Amino acid sequence: MNFKNIQELVQMCETQGKRFSDIMLESEENNTGLSKEEIFEKMRKNYKVMEASLEKGLENTKTHSGLAGGDSKKLKTYIENKNTLGGERLLRAVNYALAVNECNAAMGIICAVPTAGSCGVVPGVLLAMQENLKKSEDEMVQALLCAGAVGYVIANNAVISGAAGGCQAEVGTASAMAAAACVELAGGTPDMCANALAIALKNMLGLTCDPLAGLVEVPCIKRNAAGAANAITAADMALAGIKSYVPADEVIDAMYRIGISMPIALRETALGGLADTETGKKWKRLLWTNYDDNSSEE
Amino acid sequence: MKYRSVFDIIGPVMVGPSSSHTAGAVRIGRIAGRLFGKKIEKANIHFYGSFAKTYRGHATDVAVLAGLMDLSTYDPRIPEAFDLADKAGFEYNFFEEKALSKHPNTVQIEMFSGDTKGVVTGVSLGGGIVQITEVDGFPLKLSGDFPALLIFHQDIYGTIAPVVTLLAENQINVSHMEVSRLEKGYLALMAIETDQPVSEAIVAEMLKKPNIKRIVRLS
Repeated sequence: MNFKNIQELVQMCETQGKRFSDIMLESEENNTGLSKEEIFEKMRKNYKVMEASLEKGLENTKTHSGLAGGDSKKLKTYIENKNTLGGERLLRAVNYALAVNECNAAMGIICAVPTAGSCGVVPGVLLAMQENLKKSEDEMVQALLCAGAVGYVIANNAVISGAAGGCQAEVGTASAMAAAACVELAGGTPDMCANALAIALKNMLGLTCDPLAGLVEVPCIKRNAAGAANAITAADMALAGIKSYVPADEVIDAMYRIGISMPIALRETALGGLADTETGKKWKRLLWTNYDDNSSEE
Repeated sequence: MKYRSVFDIIGPVMVGPSSSHTAGAVRIGRIAGRLFGKKIEKANIHFYGSFAKTYRGHATDVAVLAGLMDLSTYDPRIPEAFDLADKAGFEYNFFEEKALSKHPNTVQIEMFSGDTKGVVTGVSLGGGIVQITEVDGFPLKLSGDFPALLIFHQDIYGTIAPVVTLLAENQINVSHMEVSRLEKGYLALMAIETDQPVSEAIVAEMLKKPNIKRIVRLS
């Protein structure tokens, strides 16, 4: 009942007339001994945590370091008051992704999906889709299982931490998970789910993990917003029948190989990229103890 | 398969911002407090490596303190740990150490209660996973994910077998075990991780075995 890769998952769905989420549920039942109902209710609790983290994030949050916070509130007001360029439905997901990740940065309670640093993408997209498509909570929990199936494959065939594979492994994976979940939620086929996740992950390849002063704030929060928009774009393309020229499993493998060949300076060490800009150095001086511009950090 | 469950991907529920620098730090503090086993009156917390550099921004200090007060990784009171400690009359000090540590995310916690002192060192490996690497000067490897016994005993033959036999008699399987000592013939430590929990009664029975000085139980 276990699936090793996306190709197997799609084949199982097609031969049995099931969705990604159904197969994930069956596989989880096999692996843990919990009943389907127990697994579903456990996942519902996580969805409720996501809802609560959105609510907290939309308040005017400030982070411990003072580096970030308050942007989701700005975007919410902007969406309510003006004619936006991106449209309300897309920006709602972007807004919610910002909010959930701001909640994380402000020491609120979050559900890591797949990590704390990328915890805004999947909840942001799904909570917005629940409003956009007027879906029930049960349908959303089911969609979360679909997202989980994608994350499960990526985690087992590649890596999902910034330290191991850069931001592409965190926000990239989250974006691929959200893309497939959107397609399933909108009634797309398993093959469309596979194409959506492949497109979403392809567009995130090469993204480094280079946060200012090593904190999960800049650029992480806005990367979550980008991951959400990317997921919806990829889902819409897949629903339109557009295919990824490179199959999903090959994209996942490419992500893995890019990740492990990334220099250490660009993998959550705050030594390179944005962390090593003038602004990045300024924040290191402000926030780090024992920091010396001239000392070798290598 | 590295990941066996969908809840490894969607979860854990935790207080942000970082699984390694916040959630992991809470867990190390919590295990340290439980290993000490007494009401902590004062703690000196030493940060090494990445922890020493970034602990303020990640609230690693707040997190360790919350753990020492036995809060879980998803307890909403974590951000108020300083206030909670102040109200409880719990004295705490933080030290930024420059010495190199084997792992970048290392914290050493000295705990005091009356005349008793305990020292626990732990590392945060990422994703909220931690390892306790030293207890009262004895090196060990403890995940904190399983029930464990830390048995301080005299370093002399015939001490280990009765302990393990007692576990076997109670149908408790040992999943990991190591023995370390600081000086031959003096105090030694048996660290045992088990699949099943070990009851208070079994620990009392174990204390009657030869050369056993002290047992810390982690359930």
